[in-house]
Amino acid sequence: MAALIERLTDDGSRRTMIWAAVLVAALVIAPWVVNDYLVTVLIVILYLAYTGQAWNIMMGFAGQLSLGHAIYVGLGAYIAAFLFTRFGVGPWVGFLAAMPVAAACGAIIGFLAFRFGVTGVYFAILTIAFAEFARIGFDHLDIVNAAAGLFLPVAQYSHNDLWRLRGDPTMFYYVILAATVVVFILCRVLIRSRIGYFWLAIREDEEAARAAGVDTFRCKLYAVMISAAITSFAGVFYAFFYNNLFPEQVFNISQSIQIILGPIIGGVGTLFGPILGAFVLTGLAESLNSALTALGLDLPGAEQVFYGVCLLFVVAALPEGIWPWLARRLGIAERAG
Amino acid sequence: MPFDVYLNVAVGGVLTGLVYGLMALGLSVIFGVVRVVNFAHGEMMSIAMYLAVVLFAAFHLDPLIMMVPIAAVLFVFGYALQSGLINPFITRPEHSQFLLLVALAIVIVNVLLIIFGPDARTVQTAYAYDSYQLGPLIVDAAKVYAATAALLFAALLFAFFRFTLVGKAIRACADNYTGALVVGLNVNRLYALTFGIGAACVGAAGAMMTLIVDVTPMLGPSYTLLAFVIVITGGLGSMPGALLGGLLIGLTEALAGLIFTPSAKSMFAFAILVLVLLFRPQGLLGRKAA
Repeated sequence: MAALIERLTDDGSRRTMIWAAVLVAALVIAPWVVNDYLVTVLIVILYLAYTGQAWNIMMGFAGQLSLGHAIYVGLGAYIAAFLFTRFGVGPWVGFLAAMPVAAACGAIIGFLAFRFGVTGVYFAILTIAFAEFARIGFDHLDIVNAAAGLFLPVAQYSHNDLWRLRGDPTMFYYVILAATVVVFILCRVLIRSRIGYFWLAIREDEEAARAAGVDTFRCKLYAVMISAAITSFAGVFYAFFYNNLFPEQVFNISQSIQIILGPIIGGVGTLFGPILGAFVLTGLAESLNSALTALGLDLPGAEQVFYGVCLLFVVAALPEGIWPWLARRLGIAERAG
Repeated sequence: MPFDVYLNVAVGGVLTGLVYGLMALGLSVIFGVVRVVNFAHGEMMSIAMYLAVVLFAAFHLDPLIMMVPIAAVLFVFGYALQSGLINPFITRPEHSQFLLLVALAIVIVNVLLIIFGPDARTVQTAYAYDSYQLGPLIVDAAKVYAATAALLFAALLFAFFRFTLVGKAIRACADNYTGALVVGLNVNRLYALTFGIGAACVGAAGAMMTLIVDVTPMLGPSYTLLAFVIVITGGLGSMPGALLGGLLIGLTEALAGLIFTPSAKSMFAFAILVLVLLFRPQGLLGRKAA
C-alpha cells in the first residue's frame, strides 16, 4: 500500500496532489451543500468525466481515435439491464458480465482494424460504423424490446440499496464519484507503467516504436480492450440511473461525441483534462439553460447553438485544451501530457 | 414476391444512389484535397435542402432549376468557411479538426431547428406523382430527373478537374502539397476553392434530394455518415468511386428495405463499409497508396 502511494505521488508535484485532494474533498461534501438539482448536474459531470477518462486511454495515451465509444456504453447498459429485468441479477454482477463482452467487442474491432492496417480517420469511421451497426441491430432485437425500449422498475426512494443500485440521486452520486476516482488512479498507474510508455511511444511515432521493439499490435489492442471494459461500467450506471434504455439514445453517435468532447476540450492525453472538460462543458450547457429560462426565452435549439459557438471558440483559442494552459498558469506542469 | 417488384425497387435505389453519389463526391473532393474530415457535410446538405424548400414554398421555383443558384450559394458558403474558419486547422491533429466541424454541425442543425421547427417539409412539384413505364418497370419521374441532374453535375465536375488549369492545380495540391507550394501555387486559395466546389456538389445534391425525401433539421448527421460510408466504399480521392459507392449504397438500402425492414436499411450500408474497410481499405476504385 505504501509502495502504491509512493508510486502514485512520485513525480507529481505536491501542489498537483493538493489540488486533487481539495477537489475530491469538495466533491465528497458537495451533496450536503448543494440542492438536488445540482447533485443531478454533478452526476452528469462525473459520468462524462468517467467516460472521457476511459476514452482518453485509447486516444490520449495510445493515439487511436475512437468515435464509437457509445457501443461500449450501450453494451454495458443493455447487458446489465437485461440480466436485472429478466433474471433479477444485480448490477455489480451484471457489470462482471458486461465487462468481458465490451472488452471482447473492443478486441474484435481492434483486431480487425489493426491487422488490416486501418488507421487514422479510417479507424475512426470504422468505430462509428460498428456503433451504428449495434444501434440499428439493437433497434430490431426483440429480446431487449427492440426500439420500444427496456425499462427498469423505478427505484424505491425509501431506502438506498447499494447492492442493487436502487436509491436516491445522492447514492448514485457517490457511486459515480468513487468510480471516477478509481479510474483516475488507474489511469495514473497505467500511464506510469511499462505499457503506458509503450502507448506514448506508439502515439508519438508508431513506426519508431515498432522499430524499437514494441509489439504495437498487442499494445493497441490492450488499449482498446481496457478502454472498452472501463466504459462498459458507465453503461451499467446509465441503465440504473435513468431506468430506461433506448438503442436510439445509448448507441447514438451523439453519445459518442458527448464522451469525447470533455477530454478534447480539457486536454487530450492529460489526466485532469477529461475531468476539467466535463465540468466546463456541462457547466456551460446548464448555465446557458438557466440563463435562457430566466430571460423567458423558449427556443428549442438555442442552447445547442450557443454550445456549438462556445465549442468553436474553445477549439480555436486553445488547441491543446484548457488543462495544459491552466496548468502552466498554476505552475503545475503535467509530465505525462 | 414477383421479380419485377425487386427490379422496380432496385432501379429506384440506383437512381437515389446517384444523388447520394453526388453528395459523396463533394465530400470526396474536400477530403481528398484539403485532407479535412468534413463532419458537417450532411448538415451543409440540409442547408441546401431548406433553401430549396423555401424557394419552392415562396415562389414556386422548381428545385431542379434552383439547384444551380443553390449550388452557387453553397459554394460561397464553403469558400468562406475554408478560408475563414478551417484553414488554420489544416495542420492540426485530426481530433481537433473533428471537433471544429462537429461544433459547426451542431450550430447548423440547431439554427435550422430554430428557424424552421422540427416538422418535416416537402416540395410538391407538379410531377411528384408522375412515373414512366418501361415494360414491367415503373419509375418515379422525380427520381429520374434528380438522377439525371446528378450525373450531369458530376460530368461537369469531371471535366473541370480534367481539362481546366484550376482543376489541374487543385489535383496538384492533392498529389503533393509541398510540390504545389514549390511551383508557386496559392494553396490556401485553391483549398478554399476546393471546399467551395465540394459544398456546391452537396448543395446541388440537397436541392435534388428534396424531390425524393421530406426535409427535417435532423437529417444532417445521418447524411454525414452516409456520405462517409459512400466515399470510403468507393475509394477516397476517386471521383468515379464516389458515384459507384453511392449507387451501391443506394441499391443496398433499397433492397434491404424491401427484403427486411426499411428501418434496418442503413445497417447494411454499414456492413458494406466494414467489409470494404477490412478487405479493401483503399476502397473499390481507390489506388493502393492513397
